[in-house]
Amino acid sequence: MYLTHEEEAMLAGEHGEACKRAMEILVALGKIYGADRLINVASVQVAGVSYHNLGDAGLEFLSELARDGKVKVLTTLNPAGIDLERWKELNISEDFAIKQKMVIDAFEKLGIITSCTCIPYLVGNLPLKGQHIAWSESSAVTFANSVLGAKTNREGGPSALAAALTGKTANFGLHLDENRNAQIVINVRTKIENEDWALLGFSIGKKTGNKIPFIRGIKTANLEELKSFSAAIATYGGTALFHIENITPNKTEIPNEKIDIEEIDLKNARDELNDEGEIDFVGIGCPHCSLQEIEKIAKLLDGKKVSVETWIFTARQIKTLAELQGWASKIEKSGAKIVCDTCMAVAPLKGRFKCLVTNSSKACFYGRGTNNFKTKFGTIEKCIDAAVTGKWK
Amino acid sequence: MEIKGRIIFPGFAKGEALVTNQPISFFGGVDPNTGIVIEKGHELENKCIAGKILVFPTGKGSTVGSYTLYRLAKNNVAPAAILNKECDVIVAVGAIIARIPLMDKIEIEKIKTGDIIEVNANDGFIKVVKQ
Repeated sequence: MYLTHEEEAMLAGEHGEACKRAMEILVALGKIYGADRLINVASVQVAGVSYHNLGDAGLEFLSELARDGKVKVLTTLNPAGIDLERWKELNISEDFAIKQKMVIDAFEKLGIITSCTCIPYLVGNLPLKGQHIAWSESSAVTFANSVLGAKTNREGGPSALAAALTGKTANFGLHLDENRNAQIVINVRTKIENEDWALLGFSIGKKTGNKIPFIRGIKTANLEELKSFSAAIATYGGTALFHIENITPNKTEIPNEKIDIEEIDLKNARDELNDEGEIDFVGIGCPHCSLQEIEKIAKLLDGKKVSVETWIFTARQIKTLAELQGWASKIEKSGAKIVCDTCMAVAPLKGRFKCLVTNSSKACFYGRGTNNFKTKFGTIEKCIDAAVTGKWK
Repeated sequence: MEIKGRIIFPGFAKGEALVTNQPISFFGGVDPNTGIVIEKGHELENKCIAGKILVFPTGKGSTVGSYTLYRLAKNNVAPAAILNKECDVIVAVGAIIARIPLMDKIEIEKIKTGDIIEVNANDGFIKVVKQ
């Protein structure tokens, strides 16, 4: 792999120990994947933030990097294991909270914006079409590649950090245009709206794995729908890129292989996400809620009281705007809680609840896998109805 | 017997080989405090990887596994070197941050548990000294 003089100097340790480590990681990745050179990135999103997943090993490593490391490009952070302000009220143990704050401190010392959200593109980390970036967090990676037209591989926590500390990544995989073509055509033969997108992502992902799809038959899509779809298809399939005819911005060749998605596929997906069980937890916001979703939830909860524990997950910046609009107080007055900095996939929730109600097929996956929950899947309206009545209808 | 390979992270080590044909997940699969393999049903379950030349085809599991290798090294229970058939990103990053010599593209079928091995990950070959 070709390295510039400056990159050689970084590798030799002339820019400090953390930068040297980072460069070693990039060079190794370049070697494994046959990259010809390193390329500059416009921004980074770092995952691997929850102390639940990092443990003391990760914390030690981050603290060591923070001794002399500084990020060289705009870098934002994925959700942590706790709401950094109201963790006590949410019954998180003090030991866990202390360790989690040490993790956040290390990231902050590295110069990372501690946004703690999985929707960096809604809080100021918005890459443009054609820009190279190095992001982790599968839903954000897929959204950035597919909807924004930026270019990134699915980075892990350490490789994203390495990109942040050098401002570079190895030139392979989805950074190369020849690897961004669709591999299978999906003809959607049923109407898709609102939460159907989470089912569509589930269904396509299960059928086509990590193949890049070219999706036909969709007339319109909004931000929330594409955010939900990105999370679903990345969780159930593993692809980091999709194309939707007349909607997404990337050019692609049209492959020969084809499959159809019918109404029955969505029904099967819905059935598969709905377990038997007494509901005791409503969780909305996987990926984190947008402003429009918060507004919708505030209207639905206005003047009502919830009868089961209800957490609405969003970015702290969006919560702040929701407070200014008066939406946050409508939600909080109902007894539901707006929870920031964390999410259902990475908070230590195992054993706390038995049956999750959600509008996210991704949350069903992590709820079942990581937390042993039963799950119920439906629209935001249906989830809020369950929160208020205590019943899943 | 000399076997050539590709250097992922340089260094030199000599030790006893511990070989498996199954991929290893370090996160959740190896106890970071003891170096003992804890993955249920794994060929190496209950074996200790500390100080060994650890030989396996490739890594698997969560990317957090890189940090487990780092922790093993901090606790002085890391393998002395790692040899893979095809190195994956989790193990590569883990070996780099833990400073463990690592080579891949090695014909691991030629190595048996108990062999004494010299790993020269500075020049890109290993020597099987005693079988």
